[in-house]
Amino acid sequence: MNRPSKTRRPWGQGPLIQIMLSRLREFYREPEAVFWAYGFPLIMTVALGIAFRNQTDQPIAVDVDNTQSAAAETVQETLEKAPRFQVRLKPLEECRIRLRMGRTDLVVLPSTGADGGYAYWFDPARPESQLARNSVDDALQRAAGRKDPLATQDKEMVEPGGRYIDFLVPGLVAIGLMAGGLWGIGFVTVDMRIRKLLKRLLATPMSKSNFLLGIMLSRLVFMIPEVIVLLIFSRFAFGVVIQGSIVAVALLVLLGAFAFAGIGLLVASRAKTVEAVSGLMNLVMLPMWILSGTFFSADRFPDVAQPFIKALPLTQLLTALRAVMLEGATLTSQWANVAALLAWGGISFLLALRLFRWQ
Amino acid sequence: MSLAIRCQNLTKRYDGRPPVDAVRGLDLAVEDGECFGLLGPNGAGKTTTIEILEGLLQATSGEVELLGMRWGQDDYAIRQRIGISLQETKLAEKLQVRETLSLFRSFYDQGMEPAEAMEKVSLGEKARTWVGKLSGGQRQRLAVACALVGDPDLLFLDEPTTGLDPQSRRELWEIIRDFGRRGRTVLLTTHYMDEAERLCDRVAIVDQGRVIALGTPRELIASLGGEHVIQFTVAADPQSRLIRAELESLPSVETAITEADHVSLAVSQPHLALPALLAHLESRQLELASLTTRHASLEDVFVRLAGRSLDEETSQ
Repeated sequence: MNRPSKTRRPWGQGPLIQIMLSRLREFYREPEAVFWAYGFPLIMTVALGIAFRNQTDQPIAVDVDNTQSAAAETVQETLEKAPRFQVRLKPLEECRIRLRMGRTDLVVLPSTGADGGYAYWFDPARPESQLARNSVDDALQRAAGRKDPLATQDKEMVEPGGRYIDFLVPGLVAIGLMAGGLWGIGFVTVDMRIRKLLKRLLATPMSKSNFLLGIMLSRLVFMIPEVIVLLIFSRFAFGVVIQGSIVAVALLVLLGAFAFAGIGLLVASRAKTVEAVSGLMNLVMLPMWILSGTFFSADRFPDVAQPFIKALPLTQLLTALRAVMLEGATLTSQWANVAALLAWGGISFLLALRLFRWQ
Repeated sequence: MSLAIRCQNLTKRYDGRPPVDAVRGLDLAVEDGECFGLLGPNGAGKTTTIEILEGLLQATSGEVELLGMRWGQDDYAIRQRIGISLQETKLAEKLQVRETLSLFRSFYDQGMEPAEAMEKVSLGEKARTWVGKLSGGQRQRLAVACALVGDPDLLFLDEPTTGLDPQSRRELWEIIRDFGRRGRTVLLTTHYMDEAERLCDRVAIVDQGRVIALGTPRELIASLGGEHVIQFTVAADPQSRLIRAELESLPSVETAITEADHVSLAVSQPHLALPALLAHLESRQLELASLTTRHASLEDVFVRLAGRSLDEETSQ
């Protein structure tokens, strides 16, 4: 049977575009999926933004042991001259429990020594407890007549770019890209495998790499609105500005989405059930959630762990994003991170293509 | 005439404890333009066979040739020219009928426009309906449309009408016949003997991984020796006093088969056989409890060859 030679299909009807279109349509027709992809990161930003907003005069909770009521009242009177101290008089046992539970920052035990001094009870591992100890000590020492030999001035850093929320927003963008890439691709792929849709596609002349590429690229397209919404929201709600070039940020976002989409494909390449793929996803994401420095700087982990931490794609994306967004760095200065992310995405894709289970 | 499908000595063993031999030396030769049916009970190895032919499963041994090409050498070229409907595929529920067909069309070098494919399976009015909102019959027609959209020379349908209502089944048969009228080849599996009888030019009856009979439905039925079947049961003491040889010596009775609860006679001329049967029963003092006569079907052929009925599962 003679068949006419291959005819070119119009651009929009080629396989790659059709695979991407199908995925995008399915996604936008699923309201819950749209909410979790776009609404959830916003809610998280609002919640964290409020929790960590800059409070210039954060109140300090101080409990005073009231075993000796006269001395305790003197302490209360002295401290309450400064409005930031919230002083409560409590029995010693209750003070101890409140300190342990973090309801108070410091416990003052008046006049335990013969010379009428104070004992401070605090938790050295909690920064606010340390702060309370020093502030209370200052106030009590000055009230007792201490003269400071040096005159000092306090200046507060509230400039955009240097606050915690500025540090946090690139982190939220990055974990959004990670979670979206892994969950989004993992579930969809396993679902198609369970429904035997992959087997049906295998029965067509469709190219396997077109299919996997289409799944990855459609993920990239979903992520763009998520990131734009998040950045615009942080700009207007918290005044988070991008110091570096917008183009560099956009390229890093695409690169991050590419890397995590590739990893998502690899993680989902063999799994036969939703439970199996969920477990694998968590296994892959958990170290990055903890170690990569989304909520605090990864420099705090011990030196031996640093090479491992730096090899994680989330660390690479975070470092590059923060450098560009907070310090105005150029993309070229971040070439090592850029190359590493490209490698993560590319190698994962190629491995997934080899390992992929179609039926 | 050239062959669309040729397979020789096909075997498939699934490893396990114990290993299962799903296909045990199966030969097929399907001619160009034929509608060929693999008929057999569930578990006979039909799906394994068709999936090997479709290139989705690896045979344990044996040779397969499709349209003169072989799997492993010309995969892409074969895929361009065959259309497949699997036994169960859940197409994406949130895509429209038209979008689903555009997706499948995009994989083929040539083929028909999605609108034409929808027309062929009478889903034109459902073009913008989500797949999830289609009835079972409409979904099955869409599955067939996805197989047709690449304008294949060879169409594979695995149990295309299982679970459908009679109306939907007839609609699908008409679609398959229409495809055949354009000179294309169809291979389908079914466990419905009426489907094989009405639709297929030739049928291979498969049981326990082997072809146990091959021919046109008419030939297979004729092989019973008579085109009519008389089925009867006797009251009280059942078949024990009936002797098969005696029944087969009655005029025009070709074969007699005693099954659990009834006796079937293959008969060429019922008007001769019936009076003789009644006289025979009377002489044995047996009371007739029920009696029916009908045209013989492929079901009877299967019962005759396999010794049990088609709806019984194959026991391993």
